Amino acid sequence: MAKNIVIVGGGSGGTIVANHLAGELKQQISRGDTKVTLVTDTPNHVYQPSFLYITINQVRLEDYTRSEKSLLKPGVELLIDPAVKIDTAGHTVATAGGKTLPYDILVIATGSYLDPTTIPGLAEAADVFYTAEGAEKLRDKIVNFAGGTILMTVDVPHKCPAAPLELIFILDDFYRHMGIRDKVNLIYTYPIGRLHSLEPVANFAAPEFEKRGINSETFFNVESVDPQKKVVTSLEGSEVPFDVLISIPAHRGAHVVHDSGLGDEDGFIPTNRYTLKADGYDDIYVIGDATALPISKAGSTAHYQADVVTANIISQINGLPPSRFYDGKVACFVEMGLDKATFISFDYNNPPVPLPVSEMIHWFKLSFNEIYWLSQRGLL
Amino acid sequence: MADKVVDARGSYCPGPLMELIKTIRKADMGTTIEVLSSDSGSARDIPEWAKKTGQELVYNEKAQDGEYWKIAVKKVK
Ligand SMILES: Cc1cc2nc3c(=O)[nH]c(=O)nc-3n(C[C@H](O)[C@H](O)[C@H](O)COP(=O)(O)OP(=O)(O)OC[C@H]3O[C@@H](n4cnc5c(N)ncnc54)[C@H](O)[C@@H]3O)c2cc1C
Repeated sequence: MAKNIVIVGGGSGGTIVANHLAGELKQQISRGDTKVTLVTDTPNHVYQPSFLYITINQVRLEDYTRSEKSLLKPGVELLIDPAVKIDTAGHTVATAGGKTLPYDILVIATGSYLDPTTIPGLAEAADVFYTAEGAEKLRDKIVNFAGGTILMTVDVPHKCPAAPLELIFILDDFYRHMGIRDKVNLIYTYPIGRLHSLEPVANFAAPEFEKRGINSETFFNVESVDPQKKVVTSLEGSEVPFDVLISIPAHRGAHVVHDSGLGDEDGFIPTNRYTLKADGYDDIYVIGDATALPISKAGSTAHYQADVVTANIISQINGLPPSRFYDGKVACFVEMGLDKATFISFDYNNPPVPLPVSEMIHWFKLSFNEIYWLSQRGLL
Repeated sequence: MADKVVDARGSYCPGPLMELIKTIRKADMGTTIEVLSSDSGSARDIPEWAKKTGQELVYNEKAQDGEYWKIAVKKVK
């Protein structure tokens, strides 16, 4: 009987696992001993970090969209059909199209979605740049903005903890180039007592804010939004008016996780921090945004985890225990404006140390935006 | 005794305080949440946030083996 490996979610993490497995298990797949199936809910694969640049009309969504099919190695069976239920006792995945896929090993890589509904008024009043539609809608406001207050609020948990800070720096530069920076009041808020969760990044950002005249308020957790009066109220008791509200709403794990009884109250899956197995299951691995691990939800996280999970699956089908361990590694390029950036990496045991800000790192980030497709194909 | 434990050891980003904020927002009134953190900064910034938002700091101590901190906050508002 062929071993069935099923991967749910064809985003940054799931695509790499599928391609790595197809490469490593080429012979078993061609002999019919193993089958690798990737189940995803959309035919397109979008590079999410491009949303940052879409928001200021620097790139177009089409340029950062590929068909998922075109990214996959031969040997991966692609099924575009949303998973609706994972039956952990019966070891099957049911899809909206009515298929039931049996699995011997399952990889859950269903990412996270934005849920603005937990805060009254937020969905109505706020713009987002964390989705393709949101970024395009916000772009039209940003490029036509003639002046007033742009307020940014950040809720937890959220993916890519660098992006809010990146966008505020980029907006500062953008309006300087547009010649209207003196008419634009930029206000950045953050849930904890500094400008970013990474202390060195926060320490770097503070004098930059001062120099560039970016206003900020820390210890700011949104409690409610009044869409008519255009005012945000925080848990900590302050009120801030806005003309444009850019929000990073709290994220949740995919519906299928919740509906299958697998996740915590937010739909994120308790996962072993080293082996990346779902707690309590020997045949389920979890990667990327879908885990409940207390680490950054980022593409780099998903990538490093995909390498670990692939190695562990191969051990497991060869009768060995999973013995590759994830070390908590995360790496991020952080844009500091239109033409300079820094780079940070850290893991469970080593705190982050940012590289000095430079134009070169900005160019590295831009080149990674293109290299991404190679990494998805498993070529890096 | 804490009602809930948030193990945020090894977390630099989003970090222990963000994990606490996420959990406390969902918790019922009166719940005590203990955060485990390997970042010494948490012993400072969690109490500061609790004070700012009017939540109750129950304890703030180094674990016996000294490698991490245990900080408990009770949701009172
Ligand atoms: C604006 C922005 C900027 C970012 N910048 C960076 C950056 O600079 N560096 C970085 O490392 N990360 C960055 N990220 C974060 C990064 O994009 C995500 O963390 C990463 O994509 C997570 O990978 P994933 O595989 O877990 O989830 P995703 O890539 O989101 O993939 C999840 C997949 O699962 C599919 N899916 C969901 N539900 C189902 C279902 N029921 N059935 C089948 N399929 C399903 C989805 O369609 C999707 O294809 C950024 C994100 C945003 C929004």
